[in-house]
Amino acid sequence: MTEIALILYLLAGGLLFVIGFYGVWAPQELLRRILGLNIMGSGVFLVFIAIAAQTRDPIPDPVPHAMVLTGIVVSVCGTGLALALVARIYSMTRDESEERQQ
Amino acid sequence: MNSASQAAISALILGPLILAVLAFVYPRQWRWLCLTTFPLLSSAVLMLAWQVFSSGPFRISMGGWTKPLGIELRVDGLAVFLLIITTGIGLGVMLYAMRYFERDSKPGNVDQIQRQAYFWPLCFFLLASLNALFLSADIFNLYVTLELTGFSAVALIALAGKGPALTAALRYLFVSLSGSLCYLLGVALTYGMYATVDTSLLSSEVEPNFVMWTALILMTGGLVAKAALFPIHFWLPSAHANAPSPVSALLSALVVKGSFYILLRLWFEAFDALVTPAAAYLLGWLGVAAIFWGSYKALIQPRLKLLVAYSTVAQLGYLFLVFPLALTESSGFVAWSGCLLFLGAHACAKTAMFLTAGNILHAAGHDRIRDLDGITHVLPVSVFSFALSGISLVGLPPSSGFVAKWLLLNASLTQGKWAWAAVIILGSLLAAAYIMRVLTHAFTRVAEPELTNPIPPVMEWTGFTLALLAIALGFFSQWSVELLRFGAPFTGAAFSVSVSP
Repeated sequence: MTEIALILYLLAGGLLFVIGFYGVWAPQELLRRILGLNIMGSGVFLVFIAIAAQTRDPIPDPVPHAMVLTGIVVSVCGTGLALALVARIYSMTRDESEERQQ
Repeated sequence: MNSASQAAISALILGPLILAVLAFVYPRQWRWLCLTTFPLLSSAVLMLAWQVFSSGPFRISMGGWTKPLGIELRVDGLAVFLLIITTGIGLGVMLYAMRYFERDSKPGNVDQIQRQAYFWPLCFFLLASLNALFLSADIFNLYVTLELTGFSAVALIALAGKGPALTAALRYLFVSLSGSLCYLLGVALTYGMYATVDTSLLSSEVEPNFVMWTALILMTGGLVAKAALFPIHFWLPSAHANAPSPVSALLSALVVKGSFYILLRLWFEAFDALVTPAAAYLLGWLGVAAIFWGSYKALIQPRLKLLVAYSTVAQLGYLFLVFPLALTESSGFVAWSGCLLFLGAHACAKTAMFLTAGNILHAAGHDRIRDLDGITHVLPVSVFSFALSGISLVGLPPSSGFVAKWLLLNASLTQGKWAWAAVIILGSLLAAAYIMRVLTHAFTRVAEPELTNPIPPVMEWTGFTLALLAIALGFFSQWSVELLRFGAPFTGAAFSVSVSP
């Protein structure tokens, strides 16, 4: 990988990270915030992948790949947990508003 | 390094992990699973402590793979100290939780039975991930264990099941995940520069440059958010106050300390070369702001559990004083051991406080401080334990809080940094003020105090034992300091000016 390509990948990763961070913390609905977390994660993974391709070998460094795999597992778990909580909060607030209507 | 210590390490990490799976598959057998935990964890921790005392700190390569590729676990004074605290607090809380969740799990109460069925696996997961966190020696493994800790903590908060608890849990999850992603980006940059994630290899290789600065700022920012340092503490009070009481205790005493532990490892070991006085002072001053803001908020809270949660925000501020105070090599170890003794003292005292606050909440049916008049007549043991743990938080002799604050004061005075000393003393006065606010109501005489629910004696006496421990640890601080010396980043004596208690 050339120097310029590496820098482009790193910058793209950083940019995704910042966009995701904005998505999590700018006041928004809960689902969008969860998506923001995933975009942040993708940014970090892109940085890892760029770092893995940094070697002069044609074969990239496998260690960052393993780290990305671990990171994806963590991110899937986090998304699942967040979605479960959101679903529960949604069903509770819906019950309340139905009670109010009756 | 021998087979005995390897067995002890497996018992600490794999033991609770297996128990968690079993507790999930056989929820009715939780009593047996709990009873297995007590001898398993305590003997493993004592074994490791004995190993460190007799042959010094050591490392173990998992599966025989050595660094830089393999995962290494490290056992030194600091790790064992935190493992002892985790095990002690964890077992105490489990004893309390046995009765807490059983309280009204009558055949009809499905919610409570479900809550009990989920609490035990999550609690075991939390213990396993904390134990793994304290033993990890590389910054990527620390990330994984940090996430495991965060997930179990979020799920445990959500166990309360009510609306505010769920919202608090979700907000905590957002803070926790974005904090750990910041940390992970820092890990990526570090790996890109030095192709290793091992803390000891990093400490010999890291040099100050732009990329490493960015990495350290990202990692510190993420961890500081997870350790609830002012001004990123906004998620803590609602999360800790709305969780079920045994969970509040675990979160305040242990979970926030996990992130702080990683900060210590980064700043004093892996990235030692990058730390500048200005950055250390910044963390220290944020700690000062946390002490004042947290104490002020604690003073004006209407509810007891919120008061205790804000007190956690304030007390965590003290921990961050270690960064400016441990800058100088000469009195570095004094500040270092003072900070860690403070961590232990706070863990015991805060657990006792949340457990007794839980007793008061369930006995009275509410925790409005204003309406707690005369509660001491119905719950004498709980109120006494609350007062005892208050003594340790304020730092009156001979409690462990006193010894810790004494060491911190000692460090700041020998370095001529009077401002920090003034902060430590003022913070103690504020702590005394908010503790007294609760106690004055509790001891007010009323004709007939209201009590709706009886409290099982075990729940009262576990709080009492932990509060007593918070005092008694003061007498064993010499041992703790000796333990902390193994593998510490500083040399020198802790009690050099020698008013050893």
